[in-house]
Amino acid sequence: MADLNNALPEKKMQYRHRLPVRLMHWINVMALVVLLMSGLNIFNAHTALYWGESSYGKKPPLLEIRGVEDDEGNLIGTARLFGYTINTTGFLGASKDLDGNLIEKGFPTWITIPSNQWLAMARRWHFFFAWLLVVNGFSFVTYSLLSRHVVRDLLPTRQDLRSIGRSVVDHLLLRRPKGEEATRYNVLQKMAYLSVIFLMAPAIILMGLGMSPALDALFSRLVGLFGGRQSMRTLHFVIAWALVAFVFVHVFQVIVNGFWNNVRSMITGYLKIPSGLDSE
Amino acid sequence: MIAGVGAITLGGCQKLSDTTWFPKMLGFGEKATQGVQRLILPRKAMVREFAETDPSGQFRSNGTSLPRNPAFLEMAKNGFADYRLTVDGLVDKPGMFSLAEIRALPSRTQITRHDCVEGWSAIGKWKGARLGFLLEKVRLKPNARYVVFHCADPMNEDGSSLYYESIDMEDAFHPQTILAYELNGAVLPLANGAPIRLRVERQLGYKHAKYVIRIEIVEDFSGIAGGKGGYWEDQGYEWYAGI
Repeated sequence: MADLNNALPEKKMQYRHRLPVRLMHWINVMALVVLLMSGLNIFNAHTALYWGESSYGKKPPLLEIRGVEDDEGNLIGTARLFGYTINTTGFLGASKDLDGNLIEKGFPTWITIPSNQWLAMARRWHFFFAWLLVVNGFSFVTYSLLSRHVVRDLLPTRQDLRSIGRSVVDHLLLRRPKGEEATRYNVLQKMAYLSVIFLMAPAIILMGLGMSPALDALFSRLVGLFGGRQSMRTLHFVIAWALVAFVFVHVFQVIVNGFWNNVRSMITGYLKIPSGLDSE
Repeated sequence: MIAGVGAITLGGCQKLSDTTWFPKMLGFGEKATQGVQRLILPRKAMVREFAETDPSGQFRSNGTSLPRNPAFLEMAKNGFADYRLTVDGLVDKPGMFSLAEIRALPSRTQITRHDCVEGWSAIGKWKGARLGFLLEKVRLKPNARYVVFHCADPMNEDGSSLYYESIDMEDAFHPQTILAYELNGAVLPLANGAPIRLRVERQLGYKHAKYVIRIEIVEDFSGIAGGKGGYWEDQGYEWYAGI
């Protein structure tokens, strides 16, 4: 007689991601990649970050990336953060251009769009995809609110909030959810998505707009609240990297929780839910 | 595999940047920004002005610091006593104005923040003639649409490609648009654009032309130099530099 414990666990299919969510998710992916890479090309035009209104006030830069010559005349790359200098040759400050020569450069060619230093072109990419992100983001948020995607799928329940600690442990142990639990976002996931959509994305857009001299004529008090235009430039940079950190964690989770299943579900909409029959 | 996809994507993006049609399409983003900003910004909305304590030390000199123009530098030697600002084009009363005459025009002193397209900002105290009053003096013709600023500094080593810029009438008549001849309480230094540089505070630094020697009023700037309304515009930057 067959041992029930050796029977294949049933897997059921959940219609997890509706079409508008899938479409807007991938547009976001494309837009954010281009915005980050063109943003770094723009940053390369002045590889230092400050706090306040002016770059030439009394305080030194918070971050400064430079290419300098050492005693033997070799070019080395340096990054100085809060007063501590580290050698970053090959990555920051000095890296190979498209012809293979070591030159003074902020971020390297492989991480910028365009690959070579080209501020005018980088701005074109950046401001086109910025509009794309804003229009797509606005549509995404509006859809998500009207379809109750936010309320039903993203808002943590009371039970969620009580189990944050357990969820942290589950994540650290790389425990994969099964059965009914796998048909929902877990609480850390919900909090991450909500903070990206409603905190980080609006903030980074605000910081971007805050650098506009024209909009200063409308919002200078708001700019002043954050410390000034250079503060907004610094925050814009910091939030960009926070979003990168989110993407790393997000992609890691996609990989360890069944890569093809997850990616396929964000294309077709259907996610295979592993059965909850196993003990755990 | 990811590195491979990445390399193909980057190579593809690079090829797209080198076409004519793709950058043109991307340019619609900046056109949209111009449209929206002009829509929501009241004509006379002013940028923030700072306290006396805010400007600090030397104001950074960017772009040209010493124009490669021998005739111009000769004039600098005696404090620009022989300098004349030519104002011509679509005006009823074209003229040439000495520095003394420019100083006699209604002036404005403003402590404002200069935002460079490169990303840095600097605060300076500027004093200069209100451009709007100068334009009223020369009587604009009805079809006048743009104010073009011709400068003394060549951008090429061989002395060609003189810097130039242009603004429209909304910015020209804006209260904070001045022809500055003083910086931080002293006569405008050569490195910062002596004898006169433009301040057009709601736009990025490259619009603030230095070493202005001629103001030309036109209906359309496509016939001047590269046709995009400014030296940096001819190199691919936006004419409207509100962001």
